Amino acid sequence: MGKRTIIPFGPQHPVLPEPIHLDLVLEDETVVEAIPSIGYIHRGLEKLCEIKDFNQMVYVIERICGICSFGHGWGAVASMEGAMGVQAPERAEYLRTILHELGRVHSHLLWLGLLADGFGFESLFNHCWRIRETVLDLFEKNTGGRVIFSICKVGGMRKDISNENLKEMKEVLEGLKAEIKEITDVFINDASVQNRMVGVGVLTKEEAEELCAVGPVARASGVPQDIRMTDNHGVYGKLGFEPVLEEAGDCMARTVVRIREVFQSIDLISAAIDQIPDGPVDMKVPNKIEGEYITRMEQPRGEAFYYAKGAGTKFLKRMRVRTPTNMNIPAMVKTLAGADLADVPMLVLTIDPCISCTER
Amino acid sequence: MSAYVTKSPWVVHYDGSSCNGCDIEVLACLTPMYDVERFGIINCGNPKHADVFLVTGSVNEQNKGIVKQIYEQMPEPKVVVAVGICACSGGIFKDCYNVLGGVDQVIPVDAYVPGCAARPEAIIDAVVKGLGVLQAKRDAMLEQKPAEEAPAEEAVEETAEAVEEVKEEGGEE
Repeated sequence: MGKRTIIPFGPQHPVLPEPIHLDLVLEDETVVEAIPSIGYIHRGLEKLCEIKDFNQMVYVIERICGICSFGHGWGAVASMEGAMGVQAPERAEYLRTILHELGRVHSHLLWLGLLADGFGFESLFNHCWRIRETVLDLFEKNTGGRVIFSICKVGGMRKDISNENLKEMKEVLEGLKAEIKEITDVFINDASVQNRMVGVGVLTKEEAEELCAVGPVARASGVPQDIRMTDNHGVYGKLGFEPVLEEAGDCMARTVVRIREVFQSIDLISAAIDQIPDGPVDMKVPNKIEGEYITRMEQPRGEAFYYAKGAGTKFLKRMRVRTPTNMNIPAMVKTLAGADLADVPMLVLTIDPCISCTER
Repeated sequence: MSAYVTKSPWVVHYDGSSCNGCDIEVLACLTPMYDVERFGIINCGNPKHADVFLVTGSVNEQNKGIVKQIYEQMPEPKVVVAVGICACSGGIFKDCYNVLGGVDQVIPVDAYVPGCAARPEAIIDAVVKGLGVLQAKRDAMLEQKPAEEAPAEEAVEETAEAVEEVKEEGGEE
């Protein structure tokens, strides 16, 4: 038995754009235990609901995370609409679904790039981000923003997206499929990538269920957990949605789930664009909010939970958000125990950590 | 000697308490669409290799020590760029209980990038502005040996004046 050493990982670390700190307890080269400590990004934005009214709160909640920003905005809006008892027009729900899935494409491509960077494949990282810019151009053209959109509001959308633009979006994304496939085939087939990922950090189905893993982490271990098929969430029911599942539970499976989800999201967007009805995208809503409501969303990283409680005025009494990375940290700590030190960046990255979501 | 630094400035990036929006835009600057690597700008993880410090997000009690530590580890001359409105003033999160304010509460800032999220063009522009300041600081150091401590401990206040101020101070020394 070797001597125990503790290696600090983070908060400023080249592999992570965000600060999280792990104390890695090592015996020789093997991690015995990983002790996470968080709190570097905590802002306390839920408390802002006392001084910002519910319309402004949507923009605050959207800024929980710059990667899944549309999803957070939608989650906040859905919980507030639920508390008011209003239902946004159908076209608005379609547009939200389309933009949310587009956000998933952008988020997963971004993550694939970071993963490639994590195992030292610099050119693959740059290719992923090159493709992602096309998606960001679509966002910029249709919403005005590259990463923060502020287009979702209580009662609908701030502006419509014309049918011509939607058609163009569909064409661009269908054209992008071949390019994405070329890149993702490298992840799946390249021997050096396989060496880094196959069999590394296995999370069994039982462990995933026990540790309440969510999103792609759970689905890579064979847990059929996807809010898009369970809850009354957007228009997924009309698009014939089936969750992507993998059985192996290792780093490779988590990557393959996200790769397949990129293609699935493009298909969902195309299906939604084919079906989208004409009509208004906005409706009048009461200017005070009372009652309470809970809603769940499937963010790119997994299940997110939103709770809004109105104060009977234009302010909320309480706004609570629980984000997917929060739920996946126990799974990450579990896979870290017993791993090689050199695999730590891979294991941290494959849960797709979003620390600013976690700490809010 | 001075020519080399301004031709290939290396940056180190730290996320204060940003929402990731500015962070991914910082990374987007390095990737093929904007590709600042063609100018020799490299994002390195080690503060001791870096000339430019990009900070996104505001500071809080937990991370102010780390921001300070990274800044102190960087060799002179160095430049700090505050990326995004949160790093400039706290932005939309200014009123949050755990937000102290802009990065200039803790370390002197040389260039400010507005925007939520800051656009890559604006970030590149600020880094280029920062290089001017870096050059001025380096000239001042070369003129005066042994090198004096960099201009000011206290925060630089106005956005527009910040760059000019440092340049002037550099010139006088």
